[in-house]
Amino acid sequence: MLTRTIALLLAPLVAATALPAPALAQGGPLQITISEGVIEPLPFAVPMFQAETAGAEQVAADITRVVAQDLIGTGLFREIPSTSFISTPASFASPVAYPDWRAINAQALITGAVAVNGDQLTVKFRLYDVFTGAELGEGLQFTGTTGGWRRMGHKVADAVYSRITGESGYFDSRVVFVSESGPKDDRARRLGIMDYDGENRQFLTDSNSLVLAPRFSPGGDRVLYTSYESGFPRINLLDVASVGRRQITTVEGEMAFSPRFTKDGQSVIYSVSTGGNTDIYRTDLGSGAHSRLTSAPSIETSPSLSPDGSRIVFESDRSGTQQLYVMPVSGGEPQRISFGEGRYGSPVWSPRGDLIAFTKQNAGRFHIGVMRTDGSEERLLTSSFLDESPTWAPNGRVLMFTRETQGASGGPQVHSVDISGRNLKQVPTGGFSSDPSWGPLQQ
Amino acid sequence: MNKYLTASILVGALALSACTRPDRFGGGADGMAGGAGAGANAGAGFDQSGAIGQSGLGNPDSPEYFAQSIGDRVLFQVDQSTLTSEAMATLDGQAQWLMTNSDYLAVIEGHADEQGTREYNVALGARRANAAREYLISRGVPSSRLRTISYGKERPVATCSDPSCYAQNRRAVTVIAAGALS
Repeated sequence: MLTRTIALLLAPLVAATALPAPALAQGGPLQITISEGVIEPLPFAVPMFQAETAGAEQVAADITRVVAQDLIGTGLFREIPSTSFISTPASFASPVAYPDWRAINAQALITGAVAVNGDQLTVKFRLYDVFTGAELGEGLQFTGTTGGWRRMGHKVADAVYSRITGESGYFDSRVVFVSESGPKDDRARRLGIMDYDGENRQFLTDSNSLVLAPRFSPGGDRVLYTSYESGFPRINLLDVASVGRRQITTVEGEMAFSPRFTKDGQSVIYSVSTGGNTDIYRTDLGSGAHSRLTSAPSIETSPSLSPDGSRIVFESDRSGTQQLYVMPVSGGEPQRISFGEGRYGSPVWSPRGDLIAFTKQNAGRFHIGVMRTDGSEERLLTSSFLDESPTWAPNGRVLMFTRETQGASGGPQVHSVDISGRNLKQVPTGGFSSDPSWGPLQQ
Repeated sequence: MNKYLTASILVGALALSACTRPDRFGGGADGMAGGAGAGANAGAGFDQSGAIGQSGLGNPDSPEYFAQSIGDRVLFQVDQSTLTSEAMATLDGQAQWLMTNSDYLAVIEGHADEQGTREYNVALGARRANAAREYLISRGVPSSRLRTISYGKERPVATCSDPSCYAQNRRAVTVIAAGALS
């Protein structure tokens, strides 16, 4: 039995974060094992999905391309072009001609079929391990509406990714961000939302007032952000479906900003500045009850909760420069975790709980990096004139962040990179964009 | 044997849930002038109805004179909110003007250069605005006439990416407004 392994360079982090036996273990050896080593993308073939109803050819072709682009976009997979195919399946139910796929070195084969009935769209797929000549997992079928065809492709790709890597996917997810336009000294900003790949972009606010640093709720149905709509920085809560919004009543202060949801989505943790001093507070969105989490004469801001909700990582300059600290969710004595050279800010706890991503500023450069939650094993993933504000993919394997180019004509663009530092790329957003917040995998 | 696990997803409702019509948002912002840039004072929490009287640079009691002849801004060192002696001299002039022109209020805007993370820079701008405010209070300006706001690094006046521009952007700007604090 062949064992083909794609190794994703994850440095020593992997050993302690390895998942239990991957769910695909019973399915065969077609797998990408995340371990140390050099990456060799896994070759796959995805013949155009069969159209099972008249007129479904175009959407079937479009969905096939979404599946392929999702997989290619991870950097873990390589598509074998259809021009190399020796044969293609006559129908979705046809037996797989394994020798034809082995001959072109396709290790994974994805077949699918699409049916359209009115505005209902049905997509089914199967995944085959070509070299063992066996199906990997069972066929799956998704039903939705024709308008949501891209999501159907993402669902298929998430299932394929999950079966081969043993980890959950991240393709069927959305990102809220700040869309920017206009000259650098008079830039207009508005909240936008898009699919993880930059598609289906829509605006959530107008550009009449400054907005900063949105954050998705754990369920992806609401967004917290800093708004200057009242003339002063205040915290707004926006409902994604209705785009209705309201200002949160925070503790008294001159400025409120840097809001984050708690894990249950019922409270907001944020910063308030009064008399030049900035501390972190918590407000229950239902009862309006407040509590104060830090009391120091220094700047305390950019909080992020651990996935179990028990701890908060935040930045503080109490030592003289910006550094990262961890404290209990109810407040209490913080422990400093960043000790390298330079300044550390905008920490974000991984949804897996194992890592904290951050922005590092050192020697005139900005970096996105990750460290363990005790501050050990710091690794820098990027370096540029200005990288900041990382956000995690729902599976904790990829980060998006803001990269800004310098000069009067420079501007920010959302980029992504995986936690090995590979696969750095710009996310297409149709213009300047910043402060991405990656939402959960959709249901 | 084709046995499918069926996973129905409410694609339609979710995919179409976000706003696609621009007239659906913005209603709550009508009539507000949020996001005022440097030099603007609308929407900063002040009643704009007060009489300003004769304006223009020739009139030493005008906001224009304040901004240009007295100097409406002080600059800061990298990552600092300490007032330099030059800044204190400017603020002395501002305090004198504000004491003479007691009908005016002021919003002090704190700003940072682009060499910092976004939320930290909001906090840093707040610190700078407060440093200017505290100094003006120490020179006799009633605290009730002074309000602060921070724009962090979001409102640069100089757009190049070198120290000469950064120095201009690390500032606290005293913006004169007429009327009463709302």
